[in-house]
Amino acid sequence: MTMGLIQVVVTLLIAGLLVKPVGTYLVKVFDYETTGLDRFFRPGERFIYRLIGVREKESMGWKKYVFAMLLTNFIMMMFMYVIFRIQKFLPLNPDMIDNMPPALAFNTAASFITNTNWQAYSGENSLSYLSQMIAITFPMFTSAATGFAVAIAFIRGLVARQNNLGNFYVDLIRSITRVFLPLSFIVALFLVFQGVPQTLHGAADATTLEDAKQMITRGPVASLESIKHIGTNGGGYFGTNSSHPFENPTPLSNLMEILCMLLLPTALVYAFGVMIKNKRQGWSIFAAMGIMFLVFLSIVFIAEYNGTPALHALGVHGNMEGKEVRFGISGSALFTAVTTAATTGSVNNMHDSLTPIGGLVPLGEMMLNNVFGGKGVGLLNGLLYVILTVFICGLMVGRTPEFLGKKIESKEVKLASIALLVHPVLILVSTAIAFVTPSAISSIANPGSHGLTEVLYAFTSGAANNGSAFAGLGANTTFYNIAIGLVMLLGRYISIIAMLAIAGSFATKKVAAATSGTFRTDTPLFTGILVVIIVVIGALTFFPALALGPIAEHLGMFH
Amino acid sequence: MAIQNKAVSKDLIFQAITDSFKKLNPLVMIKNPVMFVVEVGTLITLILSIKPDIFGVSTGGRGYNVAVFFILFFTVLFANFAEALAEGRGKAQADTLRKTKSETMAKVKQKDGSYKELPSTSLRKGDIVRVDTGEMIPSDGEIIEGLASIDESAITGESAPVIKEAGGDFSSVTGGTRVVSDFIIVKIITDPGESFLDRMISLVEGASRQKTPNEMALTTLLAVLTLIFLFVIMTLVLIADYLKVHLDVATLIALLVCLIPTTIGGLLSAIGIAGMNRVTQFNVLAMSGKAVEAAGDIDTMILDKTGTITFGNRMASAFVPVANVSEQEVTFAALQASVKDETPEGRSVVELARKQGVHWDEKEYDGAGIIEFTAETRMSGLTLKNGIEIRKGAVDAIKKYVADKSGSVPVDLDEKATVIAKAGGTPLAVAINHKIYGLIYLKDTVKPGLKERFAELRAMGIKTVMCTGDNPLTAATIAKEAGVDEFIAEAKPEDKIAAIKKEQEEGKLVAMTGDGTNDAPALAQADVGLAMNSGTMAAKEAANMIDLDSDPTKLLSVIAIGKQLLITRGALTTFSISNDIAKYFAIIPALFITFIPPLQSLNIMGLASPKSAILSALIFNAIIIPLLIPIAMKGAKYKAMSANKLLSRNLFIYGFGGVVVPFIGIKIIDMIVAAFHLA
Repeated sequence: MTMGLIQVVVTLLIAGLLVKPVGTYLVKVFDYETTGLDRFFRPGERFIYRLIGVREKESMGWKKYVFAMLLTNFIMMMFMYVIFRIQKFLPLNPDMIDNMPPALAFNTAASFITNTNWQAYSGENSLSYLSQMIAITFPMFTSAATGFAVAIAFIRGLVARQNNLGNFYVDLIRSITRVFLPLSFIVALFLVFQGVPQTLHGAADATTLEDAKQMITRGPVASLESIKHIGTNGGGYFGTNSSHPFENPTPLSNLMEILCMLLLPTALVYAFGVMIKNKRQGWSIFAAMGIMFLVFLSIVFIAEYNGTPALHALGVHGNMEGKEVRFGISGSALFTAVTTAATTGSVNNMHDSLTPIGGLVPLGEMMLNNVFGGKGVGLLNGLLYVILTVFICGLMVGRTPEFLGKKIESKEVKLASIALLVHPVLILVSTAIAFVTPSAISSIANPGSHGLTEVLYAFTSGAANNGSAFAGLGANTTFYNIAIGLVMLLGRYISIIAMLAIAGSFATKKVAAATSGTFRTDTPLFTGILVVIIVVIGALTFFPALALGPIAEHLGMFH
Repeated sequence: MAIQNKAVSKDLIFQAITDSFKKLNPLVMIKNPVMFVVEVGTLITLILSIKPDIFGVSTGGRGYNVAVFFILFFTVLFANFAEALAEGRGKAQADTLRKTKSETMAKVKQKDGSYKELPSTSLRKGDIVRVDTGEMIPSDGEIIEGLASIDESAITGESAPVIKEAGGDFSSVTGGTRVVSDFIIVKIITDPGESFLDRMISLVEGASRQKTPNEMALTTLLAVLTLIFLFVIMTLVLIADYLKVHLDVATLIALLVCLIPTTIGGLLSAIGIAGMNRVTQFNVLAMSGKAVEAAGDIDTMILDKTGTITFGNRMASAFVPVANVSEQEVTFAALQASVKDETPEGRSVVELARKQGVHWDEKEYDGAGIIEFTAETRMSGLTLKNGIEIRKGAVDAIKKYVADKSGSVPVDLDEKATVIAKAGGTPLAVAINHKIYGLIYLKDTVKPGLKERFAELRAMGIKTVMCTGDNPLTAATIAKEAGVDEFIAEAKPEDKIAAIKKEQEEGKLVAMTGDGTNDAPALAQADVGLAMNSGTMAAKEAANMIDLDSDPTKLLSVIAIGKQLLITRGALTTFSISNDIAKYFAIIPALFITFIPPLQSLNIMGLASPKSAILSALIFNAIIIPLLIPIAMKGAKYKAMSANKLLSRNLFIYGFGGVVVPFIGIKIIDMIVAAFHLA
């Protein structure tokens, strides 16, 4: 356990050290003034702008920004859907894989455009190389960039003096050219070095020592693997995701993947502080997210090391079921906590096999959806709770609540309410519908509380745009494909639209001067309140469902 | 205002109880989404009390359903009672005012110039009326002819009559006040139903009450929390069904009601109404709740020096001897010059001399010739029976006076007079016969206690700006003495507006007081404008608050009330949400226990039985509303301190307290319920 603990501490230390430099770099990326980066990146970008007819200097109000975002995403999703449906007739299909059925193609397109990467299919036998590259890897870049863009737009709104959130196309392209492509390139090389394949050759045929014939699937894995984590996407090349030895071959690749997941969501919070010219504010939110992350991590870590009473009875300490020996308990627990915190959704162990309380951790992180959270949207969700916290507690200092000098009034509360409402409602309503649909119930592998958790997990993963699977649920049915597909789309776009509308409303507000009578939001006290509000609202909403699922299962182990 | 704000009377309570039943009307209830949900829940449990098994087998049985029904019913009543009680106070105030507004006859000028008696309700804008001694002024208007003393006690509560005359800043009269002497010709400026008194009645009664912006925002948030919990409970039924856990409908409703923010939902409108009432009790009439809320947000206050920060009349603060005169001599000379002077300045000289330990015999001065102050002579004094002439007055007037008597002017007189003038004071020279003894240092005095209040304001982050027509030197002295942050000297009315606009551009909210017509634009520009009732109609129309006592320092109290209003809302919201934690620990185990026995370990309070746990949580949820009514009415305790301290304090009381109190409360109620075998 000590070794495991050291691994965790070292990983988090490296992640912590990267926050400031990467955050500073991000600020430069989205700064519209001329920066040193321009010399290197501008020529290529200008070519792209010309090619697609983007007026670089055009500024967008919130409505225009949202429209550009929705339009771009819609066209990409349609494109992906078509590719999946006709992949059989397209090139780069050495393993002769068939077209995807409509419901699955819809689910997969929705999944990858929303940065969820929920996989109702198994990559190795459902997708051609072309599909993997242009309908899976490509949206991994654009969906992450979309999330980044909207978060940056929101921050601009917070500090703006007019309804100008920037230019969506410029933000989208810059995040790809200046952040995701260079980083992915480096990480892909590192993964190849660790043994991850990167090839366009078809599956290899091998003869085992027992002289058995075995077909080993492979493909352009490293390139997908790198953006999968940097973009907090999570969709694996293979069905077993990052527990597959070709996706995540060594403890070192495991470390790299964890760092990649944490890199941008954490750095973005720091960048937020720099952009609003109040670093303390950035750190206070960072601290709130960090505290929640550490608590969740500790829970899953301890739960997995403790194992279960049944295992104890057999003299086995710690729960290794569903885990890879090369990662061990600590490497698996850390990966679990990180992948659901950053809403990546890749897995290096089977979450279905975690102890009940261990399994509660990824579920809980996705329910809160702002423990750093996915690319951009995690910060947005965090700021949503900041706004609510300021509104509830700000009143207690005797002033109309204000955040960064912008008053929070009826309009903002209404919009924030929509964003707040959509997440639990999507999860609970879709779970409830599943339990009254006989075909949906028949997909559940385990009875009782565990089966309940499987369904709850699937919809939570969809709504949080996480994409990790609890497994144990046969999700490739028309019901789940359509239902989870819709949940992913609504979960992503409704809250983004509501939050950008708030940004638009903030942007035109007068900035109130800060005095000693102002409610300070950049103090440790505020960090504490924020954590409490997030946890209490989250707990109050999901406690009954959790009580029936993992909590009942956990308590049942001792009876 | 001639309104007695006695503690809640019996009548008021009785009326409030009646009203709480009237408010059960669903069409009224729906305006409060949180309590509307409770009311619907009450109806469902009523049905369950009559036919327990209508929605499937009732595990609780009829008795339990009836108990849940009654608790819910009382929860709704308690919330209605809080609102009715707050409204009742306003209504009582309005009734008193309405008595003032009894039908009067008015002498209205006809086209031929004669006056005809018509009922006051028929008066229209522009009508000319004549009001004689002892008559009631029929409606609001401007005096166009005459001068009269008017008893305004019906509105202000101040019994001393005030003088009003045509022209100038004191020409406006209010309907419902009475002429005590002389007569006036008044031009009516309002139509029936729009007069000051009408507006006042509808304001205190809450008839024209609209939800304030912050209240609307909070209502939205509470409605959404309610909606979320509604989804939580409804989906729970279906999810639990998968585990073959069939939940009791009455218990589910109990859980829902416990979770939705009923405490703040039930008290929210009472808090708003009571906040307005508190302002009214201060004899300040707020034109809207929005204005009271805005008062809490004020960052800068612009205050007139004269009348607001200082008393406005100059008072003696020192006696300065000149040449070879001793201080005792000049003090005594000044005293002699002022014994018979009844002006505030004169009295302040006598007062100061007494304080300095001078004794004199009043009788000595009986029969002395009193020289009154006139604009030509610019001095006053006494001529004693023995012919000694004692004078005090403007320095140059006294200089001329002694020069005429061929006396000499001490060399250091001018110098010392200049020192006083530079320090912001007014020098008065004192002379006996042809000899100048020295100077009286007259100074405008800062009202006592103001310095401390300004310091408090600074702690709260509010900046004070003093506006004065004085020269910069005088202004600086007073500003320093009063402890204001900034001052504007030699201020013209335009400067006030400019100052307000400048602050507003920096993103600050500005409050100011004013009374004159030339203050009107500034009052309108300010976020909170408090007009004096003694001021002109233009000022009153432009302002969003009117102080009936015409005391400008009230602005400070209004700001405190505004802050208190917002704090109370935030505090009770926090309390309400914090309460849910304990309620969950009471109800969740109780709900599932029969199906999933291990969940018993969540029953950390060790409640007696599932039924008693649910009923206890529900009872706690209901009685906390009336228990908190006093806080809703009086407002959460508020002391001036910095935002961070205030937050820590309130978080501890209402946040931490909100988590702990229900654990204790529910446990106690459970013990009682169990002891009496009620469940």
